[in-house]
Amino acid sequence: MNIHEYQGKDILRSYGVIVPKGQVAYTVDEAVEAAEKLGSSVTVVKAQIHAGGRGKAGGVKIAKNLDEVRTYADEILGKTLVTHQTGPEGKEVKRLLIEEGCDIKKEYYVGVVLDRATSRVVMMASEEGGTEIEEVAEATPEKIFKEVIDPVVGLSGYQARRLAFNINIPNELIGKAVKFMTSLYNAFVEKDCSIAEINPLVTTGDGEVLALDAKLNFDDNALFRQKDIQELRDLDEEDEKEIEASKYDLSYISLNGNIGCMVNGAGLAMSTMDIIKHYGGDPANFLDVGGGATAEKVTEAFKIILSDSNVKGIFVNIFGGIMKCDIIAEGVVEATKQVGLEIPLVVRLEGTNVDLGKKILNESGLNITSADSMADGAEKIVSMVK
Amino acid sequence: MSVYVNKDTKVIVQGITGGTAKFHTKQMLEYGTKIVGGVTPKKGGSEVEGVPVFNTMQEAVDQTGATASVIYVPAPFAADAIIEAVDAELDLAICITEHIPVLDMVKVKRYMEGKKTRLIGPNCPGVITADESKIGIMPGYIHKKGHIGVVSRSGTLTYEAVHQLSEAGYGQTSAVGIGGDPVNGTDFIDVLSAFNEDAETEAVIMIGEIGGTAEEEAAEWVKANMTKPVVGFIGGATAPPGKRMGHAGAIISGGKGTAAEKIRVMNECGIQVAETPAVMGETMIKVLEENGLKEKCKTH
Repeated sequence: MNIHEYQGKDILRSYGVIVPKGQVAYTVDEAVEAAEKLGSSVTVVKAQIHAGGRGKAGGVKIAKNLDEVRTYADEILGKTLVTHQTGPEGKEVKRLLIEEGCDIKKEYYVGVVLDRATSRVVMMASEEGGTEIEEVAEATPEKIFKEVIDPVVGLSGYQARRLAFNINIPNELIGKAVKFMTSLYNAFVEKDCSIAEINPLVTTGDGEVLALDAKLNFDDNALFRQKDIQELRDLDEEDEKEIEASKYDLSYISLNGNIGCMVNGAGLAMSTMDIIKHYGGDPANFLDVGGGATAEKVTEAFKIILSDSNVKGIFVNIFGGIMKCDIIAEGVVEATKQVGLEIPLVVRLEGTNVDLGKKILNESGLNITSADSMADGAEKIVSMVK
Repeated sequence: MSVYVNKDTKVIVQGITGGTAKFHTKQMLEYGTKIVGGVTPKKGGSEVEGVPVFNTMQEAVDQTGATASVIYVPAPFAADAIIEAVDAELDLAICITEHIPVLDMVKVKRYMEGKKTRLIGPNCPGVITADESKIGIMPGYIHKKGHIGVVSRSGTLTYEAVHQLSEAGYGQTSAVGIGGDPVNGTDFIDVLSAFNEDAETEAVIMIGEIGGTAEEEAAEWVKANMTKPVVGFIGGATAPPGKRMGHAGAIISGGKGTAAEKIRVMNECGIQVAETPAVMGETMIKVLEENGLKEKCKTH
């Protein structure tokens, strides 16, 4: 799950990470009021969307007085920002962060991620702040330093110091940098983050080490124990069908094609997309109904697929293991009863309770094309939507 | 012969009184798996499918002499269940549970260092040795005894591969699902190495997916160490970057973990990669023929 920069900074602040003073604003008046309260000589007006690259897209402006705050807030609110992370359709700005400006001496990068190779949390740091860390990794990998963290003892003081020295934080600020990194690691672990990225971390003219930006993502699997994080979810940032799917614990991702897919298992769901493309079709979605789905969940999944007006045909590809074929069949029949079915439907069933599943579909009277294999099903649905 | 499990493996079902566990306990018993006990706290003394239920793993192991467990415990409590299996000094713990918080698994993996238990999964279909023992959730009837080893990050793609092999007349030794999570107990290299040493296994099919670099590392290992032919498949060639494709581990981030890169490295290391999931079986048969193993591996 993603949250906004201002929400991330609030969390970090509560763990002792120094961040600039700031406030969220939903309207131009709120923005001016927030700037007035801050009373800083320079104010930063920052678009709040769940995507990076806001600065380059014109979503971050420096205002020297309240009139400029008003001008910029008016300009950015409601604007659709297109960045390298939003896709060509962009994202509309509905919230602003109004923040005090600061006297930047130098920009750095600090990030905390899970390292799959070591199965540990890793803190990375670089002197090359402000640019994308992937670009630094590509061009100057020797400028990225990493510390692998033992979950029993956490980030050791010496590890944080070593990072700080490696990225050339000035001696007099090493103590503050260590505290910054330790607090960042604590926030990451206690809040079940999947990414905590500070880019840039800055040192300032008045001797502070602070987070000028903050990107926090959270492990969806841990949200059950992070109620306060769940409340930060911004539905405006998410796809409508994906929101609907998440209500039923369905793993759904919207794509641009016209063949709706309902599959069990993430691997098979991905491969179903692959094979549809292989036969010249285009999938409309990724949908894994998961293992423990009930007929009701399957019904909802089917309805979500049908609610996409781009969908011209549906391919149900099931290889039951923990998922039983009869549950899928019941769900499909129930959904078509509720919302009708005007488009071609190809069903391939195999695995646990397959005979029962086929029987339910055969007796339903629905116009279903059955397929003997995954390839057969993909070929059939592709030819039917053409 | 086989890897990890055989007809004599005695198994405890952790979380046996849950709906999914009950259903699969029945299926495993019907397959012939030696399920000797179950554990659910506070349900000790009861029975599920004629199997005695205990309150703790230690009690279950002491009473039954089990050496393996299969875990169906819900995600919030699954890490604890794995640690309980480790402390009961089992040889093998197979965790079916999906959606375990990744930081829980980081701690579990650290805790397991130097301990004797092998963890398979989490978020996996389990392990099956055809006609001997099925520990997990895979449909038993598709598996036929033979000479092909199967290892996979995805449950349903394992079934797909096994089904294609069995339909074509090529049985399997064991099929091992290592799970779709970014932190897991057993990786491709562990399983490939076990198949390499298994006398019955003649060839291996390795099924990966986008995200991470486990397939690339396994391919390098194959090139350096494997004496048996390996066939591959990678799911997610058409997945958009930055999106988590169901499995927590299946995400292309920062341009890393793409199917194209994995396939390139696998090919370089001498692994033939099936072009679509529908031809995993065909590709294996072609490779068996090239290696003069086709007759030997044709089982039915």
